[in-house]
Amino acid sequence: MSDLRELVEAGDRVIVTGEAPTMNGGSLAEFGERIAELGEWVDAINATDNPTARAHASNVAVAIAIAQAGFEPILQVVCRDKNRLACQADIVGAALHGIENVCCLTGDDVTAGDEPEARRVFDLDGPQLVSVADGLGKGHYLSGRSTGKALSLLVGAVENPAAPPFEFRADRAATNVAAGARFLRLQICFHPERLETFVAALERMGVSQPAAILPTIALLRSASALRFIDEKVPGVSVPPETLARIETASNQSEAAYALALQQAQEALALPGVRGLHITDFRHDGTLTRLFEDLGIANREERYTDAYRSPLAV
Amino acid sequence: MKLIAILEHGVKKPMFGCQMCGQCVLHETGMTCPMNCPKTLRNGPCGGVREDGSCEVKPDMRCVWLKAENRARNWPLLPGSWRAHFGDLRPPIDNRLRGTSAWLNLLSRRDRDVPQGWLVENGQSSSDDV
Repeated sequence: MSDLRELVEAGDRVIVTGEAPTMNGGSLAEFGERIAELGEWVDAINATDNPTARAHASNVAVAIAIAQAGFEPILQVVCRDKNRLACQADIVGAALHGIENVCCLTGDDVTAGDEPEARRVFDLDGPQLVSVADGLGKGHYLSGRSTGKALSLLVGAVENPAAPPFEFRADRAATNVAAGARFLRLQICFHPERLETFVAALERMGVSQPAAILPTIALLRSASALRFIDEKVPGVSVPPETLARIETASNQSEAAYALALQQAQEALALPGVRGLHITDFRHDGTLTRLFEDLGIANREERYTDAYRSPLAV
Repeated sequence: MKLIAILEHGVKKPMFGCQMCGQCVLHETGMTCPMNCPKTLRNGPCGGVREDGSCEVKPDMRCVWLKAENRARNWPLLPGSWRAHFGDLRPPIDNRLRGTSAWLNLLSRRDRDVPQGWLVENGQSSSDDV
């Protein structure tokens, strides 16, 4: 059983996941260096699947590289580039390498990337992919054909708490959990009130009990990075006052960090939130600082019996 | 057979922008065709909906699922039994049915034919009890 699955099922410790950097060739040694800091702090590292619709080293290859580096991978699978056969092959192929955590997404459209002329697939949608992955975990393909021994899987999904239609987002999250998702990563959210309303709805619906809710925190360096996210990342908006707060700061880097720390603290204080997903765009040691400021011990310490989570989870 | 498909398209294209997927779920989705979503999503909106409610892919178009959700919630003439199915998990598209008549597929129950693995996971398709 994967560590992440154990954590999700036990429910007594804070869970932290992180995003692996994208690779464009390079070497395994180089990749190992790039995830070393992240691996020290997080329970599992997400191997992305052509994020923002740009081609990179594949999800399965990167997930295997994460495992070889000694960390626990989460295989991300998106519906944009592959039909149902290929999506299932990704999951089963990764399972062959001992990879058990799967995160299912619809995915950004091809028009968000650098090859907008490409054919979009979307043979399945996000909730359908969750259901198909859950089926693989019970020992059968979508067709009904047996996989032999059932795959040991922990299936997750992603929801955006800050995109319209706001009232429906929690329902869609519930659909994913009913389809088999046991963790729910939330898209980066710069509207604390929307996050709060969304998580409160999940609590009310009983969705945050079976599934671990993990809001995303992005470590950014400047107002221009924030503006880039506001303009270029589909479904993510940054309120003008938040942008102004970083823009007018005498030290933008510090102000951007303070914003991330505040977001992390506020997210962890919400009833129903079980941890965080960290996306580090800075790569300057800020990740370590964030964990220290949050009072979250490193991974190794968290796994000792004496460790007490600083959070009321 | 072909004639019925042409007739169906003639009626549903101007009214709903019907794409002839051959497995109509209009009644479950607030009489809003999900096949007009550029990602052809059948189970709710993606996370890319813009702040003003427009589509990630086509900024000039309002998100199909925003329209669907609004209509499923607010249209007074929509039967309650249809409204109740809005949040159902709908099965993956059967690509063999594209271009065929959903009316005929409804009558022959061909549109309820889902992969065995889906049936095991999710039981009968929701349209059974409509």
